[in-house]
Amino acid sequence: MTALLEVESIAKSYGGVAAVRGVSFTVDAGEIVALIGPNGAGKSTCFNMIMGQVSTDDGTIRILGHTTNGMPPRAVWRLGVGRTFQITATFPSMTVAENVQVALLSHQGLLSTFYRYAGSIARDEAERLLDLLGLKAQASRACGELAYGDLKRLELAVALANDPKLLLLDEPTAGMAPRERAALMRLTTQIARDKNIGVFFTEHDMDVVFEHADRVMVLDRGFLIASGSPQEVRADPKVRATYLGEGFDDGAGAGGGGNEAHRS
Amino acid sequence: MEFFVVQFLTGLASASSLFLAASGLSIIFGVTRILNFAHGAFYMLGAYLAVTLTGQWSGPLGFWGAILVAALAVAVFGVITEILLLRRIYHVPELFQLLGTFGLTLILQDVVVLIWGPEDLIGPRAPGLEGAVEILGQSVPTYDLFLIVCGPVVLAALWLLFHRTRWGVLVRAATQDRDMVAALGVNQKWLFTSVFALGVFLAGLGGALQLPRDSANHMMDLSIIVEVFVVVVIGGLGSVPGAFLAAVIVSELNAFGILVLPKISIVIVFLVMAAVLVVRPWGLLGRQEGAPRQAPGATIHPWRPLRPPQQIAVAGMLVLAACLPFFAGNYALNVATEILIFVLFAQSLQLMMTVGGLVSFGHAAYFGLGAYGVALAARSLDLPMMPAVFAGPLLALLGAFVFGWFTVRLVGVYFAMLTLAFAQIVWSIAFQWVEVTGGDNGILGVWPASAVGGATRFYWLTFVVAVAGVICLRILTFSPFGYALRAVRDSQLRAEAIGIDRLRVQWTAFMIAGTFAGTAGALFAYLKGSVFPDYLAIPYSVDALVMVLLGGIETVSGAVVGAVVYKALAIWLVSQTEFSKLILGAVIVGLVVLAPEGIVGYLSKLARRIKWPLASKRDPERPAGSSEKIMRPDKEKESAVGFALKPSPAGAGSGGVEAGSQENSPPRMTKAEP
Repeated sequence: MTALLEVESIAKSYGGVAAVRGVSFTVDAGEIVALIGPNGAGKSTCFNMIMGQVSTDDGTIRILGHTTNGMPPRAVWRLGVGRTFQITATFPSMTVAENVQVALLSHQGLLSTFYRYAGSIARDEAERLLDLLGLKAQASRACGELAYGDLKRLELAVALANDPKLLLLDEPTAGMAPRERAALMRLTTQIARDKNIGVFFTEHDMDVVFEHADRVMVLDRGFLIASGSPQEVRADPKVRATYLGEGFDDGAGAGGGGNEAHRS
Repeated sequence: MEFFVVQFLTGLASASSLFLAASGLSIIFGVTRILNFAHGAFYMLGAYLAVTLTGQWSGPLGFWGAILVAALAVAVFGVITEILLLRRIYHVPELFQLLGTFGLTLILQDVVVLIWGPEDLIGPRAPGLEGAVEILGQSVPTYDLFLIVCGPVVLAALWLLFHRTRWGVLVRAATQDRDMVAALGVNQKWLFTSVFALGVFLAGLGGALQLPRDSANHMMDLSIIVEVFVVVVIGGLGSVPGAFLAAVIVSELNAFGILVLPKISIVIVFLVMAAVLVVRPWGLLGRQEGAPRQAPGATIHPWRPLRPPQQIAVAGMLVLAACLPFFAGNYALNVATEILIFVLFAQSLQLMMTVGGLVSFGHAAYFGLGAYGVALAARSLDLPMMPAVFAGPLLALLGAFVFGWFTVRLVGVYFAMLTLAFAQIVWSIAFQWVEVTGGDNGILGVWPASAVGGATRFYWLTFVVAVAGVICLRILTFSPFGYALRAVRDSQLRAEAIGIDRLRVQWTAFMIAGTFAGTAGALFAYLKGSVFPDYLAIPYSVDALVMVLLGGIETVSGAVVGAVVYKALAIWLVSQTEFSKLILGAVIVGLVVLAPEGIVGYLSKLARRIKWPLASKRDPERPAGSSEKIMRPDKEKESAVGFALKPSPAGAGSGGVEAGSQENSPPRMTKAEP
């Protein structure tokens, strides 16, 4: 059986700076994989290469068996890949429900329709998705009025609109209040397990990472320096030296999010 | 061979004036991000002031003194404008800045006529440089040689200014990142003002210096601004060496183009510009710009189709409008027909501008193509009205198909300038290709079929077409395609990530808007019975822009109201005063500064304000607890940031897992918060 996402020694440099140097890994269906590392480690570059926003210099990326190097993001999306952005990207001139509806319409191939009122197409499906994320009550509100945490959840609803097999989440909880972070990640993992979706995410909040990921990969200066279960990675001396810090607790709870202090 | 050398030198001499004006525009744009449409007007002002001053002061000292004082006076005038007008519009979307400075251009055009009269004025020759020099057996004016030297000297002086003075370093820094410069404690206000003064000084100097070669006339502002746009687009906005290089290229293309294609020489320059933009969208020596700050039309109040009571109100008004022929005379009906045509024209632009976020400065191209399509089919092919009327929209669609493909690849001011350039290409073809288009004399005798002839019947025909067109465009706005178009405008990143192809969507919208504009143009040709190159020119494009703006850029069809009000006002003004441009310009400037939301935008804001308290009390969809959940975003962000930055002595081991496991239990992580 082929993996959902197969990344084979991808590399990218900007000018003379090598951002990512030969990274390989796979993500299987229903698996939740985190990519962590200090700032400048190449996480975002990896991410954007998989989504097609950035071209690869070398290596191959296969999603559901299709080689996606050189594909624009919209084509990658059509393969069944949903994504959220580090800084939320939504359509502020539309209502919450309409944001999801546009994605649904795109998925159903209806966006070239020139005459029906779009506000009433796929409305039920949109509300089902919003309900799943606890946003149903906000469906008719202007998206521009939403609090940041709700915007993050809306993005997730939009990302789920094409029944994705793979979710790419770029710092899904960045900028959120601590309580909301845990709730959002719990929701995400629950949905992913229910629908057998593979999730690949980056995150700076170590609580989120170690609680929710099945597997953690650590990137440093463009190299993958460790990969394994949260316990293995947490115990890895290299990881402790480069990223988590020697004082990082190896008990069950890695507390208070203070580990974000490692962001330089 | 000798002839080519002389032609080359003439080109270089023209390049100097052009370079002065273009570098000024470029410097201003680099720092303030304002694309100063009034730059051509300042250039013209420099020329006229120089005419007056050189007439007063005699002798070499008097002449050169007059040139310098004229440029300085223009700079002072520029500073006053900057303080009074531009400071109020630095923060608004680019469209408003372009329009505000265009309004200023209109005002200055009439002011110049008012002070100096409508005739072309000829300045004196430069003392000591009157003669000619023999070069390879051909005589070259000495003044041309002086100008050829002038360009590189000014380029060098600017280089020294920017690299050897503290002020210059600040300007270069602000060109790269003005927020950072502001954060370092530089007084932005005066930096902007001084930059604007320098830029306008260069424009005034350029205008004054070309006086001994060419007369001063009140059309020179628009002709130079189009050339300056072309130069900065080719050279790269914000780059002074780029402006020099491009000024030389453009002037040489002009000098030699006339030999190759005497009929349509202007086209060559625009073709080169289009080619440069496609290969290097940010110009030869320019730097790639980030995304535009804010797309116009973006609103946080989601649109809805009209509700039944509103539909009834609109239907009532339509019935009234349809009954107009029963109580209006022929003149009033002709005016009303013209207004209806512009309603359709403006609404087609609104689809592109508001829904698509694509601000076109050359929408008249498609209006005019529609008119020419009809005229050519009717006069050259001798077709009756029935098939001929379709040639208009078809030709417009063809134009939008070709030009749209190029233009949607660009964003922001580059998009605006390229649409303007394409409109100028079409205009110059219509103007210069006399055999086919009749040139300036236009095509006459385009009359409608007898079934729809006469003021009343033609009014009804126009009424039906315009209403149907506006309804179609509204349906389109609320259709899935309309949503896709808005999605692309709101967030390109997100639109792409849900499978929307930006170029395809915007190109389609461009073609739709062009076709509807062409339909309006076709009707216009039949209304007037004739077609002229003017229909393709800048004033028609700007009319449409102002109509959309007046109605409300954030509304679905404010353009309808905008077109009615603006057109009625303009027709009335022309009959009342000779200085309609002055008043029109003042209206535009006032609109940009005081009421950027437009008439319909203002009314719906008012309506929301009245309804809002009622709605929030009754709205059952609004959850009772929502107010506590919806924290003020700024506050929330603040706390999140404060949290992330705080090192956590107590953090480790305090049980983040447990804290997250029960939704409503107070998280223990709060320990780490202040």
